[in-house]
Amino acid sequence: MLAKIWAVYQKDLLLELRTKDSINAMLFFGVVVLVIFNFALEPMRDSIHAAVPGVLWVAFAFAGTLGLNRMFATEKENSCLQGLLMLPTDRGILYIGKMLAASTFMLVTEVVIFVLSLVFFNLSVGSEIPWLFLVFLVGTLGFTAVGTLLSAISANTRMREVLLPLILFPVILPILINAVEATGIILNSSDYGALKLPLTIMAVFTIVFGTLAYLFFEYVLEE
Amino acid sequence: MLQVQGLAKYFGRFTALRDLNLTVGPGEFVALFGRNGAGKTTLLRILAGLSRSSSGTVRVQAAGEASPREARGLMGYLSHNTALYLDLTALENLRFYAKLLDLPHRDEDLEERIRRVGLAGRGREPVRNYSRGMQQRLAIARAFMHEPSILLLDEPFTGLDQSGSDFLKSYLKEAHAGGKTCLMAIHDTATGYQLADRMVVIDRGVVALDLSRDGVSLAEFERKYGELAGER
Repeated sequence: MLAKIWAVYQKDLLLELRTKDSINAMLFFGVVVLVIFNFALEPMRDSIHAAVPGVLWVAFAFAGTLGLNRMFATEKENSCLQGLLMLPTDRGILYIGKMLAASTFMLVTEVVIFVLSLVFFNLSVGSEIPWLFLVFLVGTLGFTAVGTLLSAISANTRMREVLLPLILFPVILPILINAVEATGIILNSSDYGALKLPLTIMAVFTIVFGTLAYLFFEYVLEE
Repeated sequence: MLQVQGLAKYFGRFTALRDLNLTVGPGEFVALFGRNGAGKTTLLRILAGLSRSSSGTVRVQAAGEASPREARGLMGYLSHNTALYLDLTALENLRFYAKLLDLPHRDEDLEERIRRVGLAGRGREPVRNYSRGMQQRLAIARAFMHEPSILLLDEPFTGLDQSGSDFLKSYLKEAHAGGKTCLMAIHDTATGYQLADRMVVIDRGVVALDLSRDGVSLAEFERKYGELAGER
């Protein structure tokens, strides 16, 4: 099973390396969000650090949604999804492989956006980096656990690009709220003990929704 | 063996199939005819497990009755859409599917499969550079790489030139001679008649005509098929 998940993951990575369709769009969109907020928040430069966690996760979420929209678009081209569904394997492996690929694209984008935000918002980080990475990782896995399933659902509809954000953001709110809170704790208070609650909520959300998505994935792919 | 009983499929208020019954025996080659929208593709997609029926039963039997996942292992599905990743090479495409099918995926094994469909030496080119005929040849290698005993074919000749068409015909003849069960949706009556043991016409979601090739000439089949279309 792990070898098959790895095959799906590797194939998505290879396709992305060849085309760079998702990463380019995600990075461009994320940087544009940063630039806009940088100008918008200029008058409140003194208290700008309080707004940075929210700005970061808005950029991550918007960029991530673009990536998720592309996730199944490549499979619809040439009816590749049909070829995958005909395989005598557990269709859940497609979900896990694609979720991990989406998480990788999103994490790469997040790292670039975060590095740029250090410049835009005049931040300095050092010992906070491992904690930030943990929050980004858990938040991203939660985002893609739900997003991959909903992307598969929306890919079978005519208004797929519009539908995905409409159904994704209401479901993903607990992840985004807790990710913003956890990022804020790290950047503004350094009280790492307070991270336990938001991280636990995000982890539980990821496990519960990830398991449900894995179980239901087979059914959402069939007509 | 494939057995379909009382199969129905509704898309909202549109009825694609209604109370369709069909049996395809082991090793039999059945050609499915019918106008566009008659229900041929819907039937094949349900048999392949790509779509759920609204009612009715589908049985796939080999040694015993097969579960949906086992049934997918017994079947290969080829349509005019090749299900190939255009930005990957032929070798990368086949390696990906071979890994998911638990088949050997060394370069030598895969290159041999590529050679068998007449694409020797082209395995390291992106599929995007292939002609339509070459893509369909590679699609054959992909769809049937696990040696399925049942081949489901949905308009596989669409867009093929003479050489591609000849290759696919000879491949299907060989598969049929090797005992594989084939169910093929096709518009070209001459090709369907040439390849199949039985011709089945689907009209408005039901089997309207079911003839053995032994009992009917091509001209006679075309006349009966034409009359059916004329009744509409």
